[in-house]
Amino acid sequence: MTDTIVARGLVKAYGDVRALDGLDLTVPEGTVLGLLGPNGAGKTTTVRILTTLLRPDAGSCTVAGVDVLRDPQRVRQLIGLSGQYAAVDEHLTGFENLEMIGRLYHLGRRRARERARELLERFNLSDAADRPAKTYSGGMRRRLDLAGALVAQPKVLFLDEPTTGLDPRSRLAMWEVITELVREGTTLLLTTQYLEEADQLAHDIVVIDHGRAIAHGTPDELKRQIGGERLELTVGAQEEITTVTAILEAIGTDRPTVDEETLRVTVPVTNGPTALIEAVRKLDGAGIAPTDIGIRRPTLDDVFLQLTGHQAEDHSTAPQREGARA
Amino acid sequence: MSMSPLTAISDGFVVAKRNLIKIKRIPDLIIFTLVQPIMFVLLFAYVFGGAINVPGVNYREYLMAGIFVQTVAFGSGLTAIGLAEDMQKGIIDRFRSLPMSRAAVLLGRTSSDLVNNALVVLVMTLCGLLVGWRIRDGFVEAVAGFALLLFFAYAMSWIAATIGLSVRSVEVAQSAGLIWLFPLTFLSNAFISTDTLPGWLQPIADWNPVSSVILAVRDLFGNAPAGAGRGSGFPAEHPILLAVLWSVAILVIFMPLAVNRYRRAAAR
Repeated sequence: MTDTIVARGLVKAYGDVRALDGLDLTVPEGTVLGLLGPNGAGKTTTVRILTTLLRPDAGSCTVAGVDVLRDPQRVRQLIGLSGQYAAVDEHLTGFENLEMIGRLYHLGRRRARERARELLERFNLSDAADRPAKTYSGGMRRRLDLAGALVAQPKVLFLDEPTTGLDPRSRLAMWEVITELVREGTTLLLTTQYLEEADQLAHDIVVIDHGRAIAHGTPDELKRQIGGERLELTVGAQEEITTVTAILEAIGTDRPTVDEETLRVTVPVTNGPTALIEAVRKLDGAGIAPTDIGIRRPTLDDVFLQLTGHQAEDHSTAPQREGARA
Repeated sequence: MSMSPLTAISDGFVVAKRNLIKIKRIPDLIIFTLVQPIMFVLLFAYVFGGAINVPGVNYREYLMAGIFVQTVAFGSGLTAIGLAEDMQKGIIDRFRSLPMSRAAVLLGRTSSDLVNNALVVLVMTLCGLLVGWRIRDGFVEAVAGFALLLFFAYAMSWIAATIGLSVRSVEVAQSAGLIWLFPLTFLSNAFISTDTLPGWLQPIADWNPVSSVILAVRDLFGNAPAGAGRGSGFPAEHPILLAVLWSVAILVIFMPLAVNRYRRAAAR
């Protein structure tokens, strides 16, 4: 398998701030790499460099075998880019937006029009094709922007936070579209702030912080590394803890951790729902009624806490944690 | 892979079309762009027309060329604002990621702004004719006058493009794109004869590109009687030559500068 996107030692500094500090990336052909990190970690800078929009201070990169720094114009013919905010012209209709992009890819007038119609159809925008894009919803604009990235049927696609700011339904729709593209063989580099999104879409994940890769692996490897799903329960009385610990030890993949103060017992599990049902059954059998029980999935905050010892800054979208636990 | 000039022109055409669609979709925009020059013609004709006296000329006819040139110069602000807006919205990023000519977005923007400026000149011409301004020279000279006016407007657009791609927001573009035009257009022979200025200021005003363009247009429209209110020296004797040279010089300097800015442009 050949590597479609390769970056070595990328460095980019803005004044004193090193947005990228020696980043390495490899994306094999036909796979999806999720670049995961909080705001300001260097995700967008990476995408901008790989898509010819920005020159790094140091390092090298190739896309589909073409040197990005030496032959940017050739790279532009091979890639599609959809940015963080939908870069559609709001005064143009959806059709006009796509036709314009087709013309600028030099598809020719007729082919540009055909392609615009195909893409509007595919992204469920046919009904809105002749309306100015400013009348579109956020999800529709993002779909139009993604359609713009696909006009020239690129084999390599860069999506910078494709679902940030979308409502859950639009996010799911976007995931479906992306999954389909990948099934057709597109190589994809995707940035996201959501672990769940990387988990859904990516074959490989690189976690970056302060412009450096701090972890790399498949979603499963990464989750194992930071301790996947956990079953967490709180009991009402101190005496129950020994029994509960024994029950959870049998269910979990590792020894349970006990917080004596809050009477909370936590254990890593492989399959949350199955473990939860089993635990409830056994607790019921033992006559213990926990005051709280549930599955906890690792969030981006957990990943960061685990990997860096600090939380993901600016991560306002994550649910508030109750406090750090061992 | 290198881009041929033909590709630049056809890509520029696509971008210009996109900009013109916007003018069509927001008619209020063009209406307000037109109201200002109409107001200028009327205000200057009726308010200053009687107050300022340039000996030996019909002042109302004398100042029309000044208003024309000042208005198209300020019209270049549109180029700065339009590009800053495209940059802020990420549209420049989109264009820069496409395999299109690096000059196309700028060619397209300056061309569509030229169409806009031509429309403004047309409306001002009609308005001027209504308040008594007349073209006193031949048809060919008049056409040359309008052509020179628009050529200068086009050159100014490239200065504005460089500014628009250098600033950090649309708001800054709005002031940075316009503020330098006040001294540039007022320190000229637009509304007064440069003979009335303090001695040290006279050569500056006489050599001001805006003065040359105004005087050239004034001559071509037959609104500048020989000897009256022309300033002095070489600029007074060869306004058309200077107006063309200035405009060409601006293009030679600012076209590559603006394209270079575009290559490095970063969304905020």
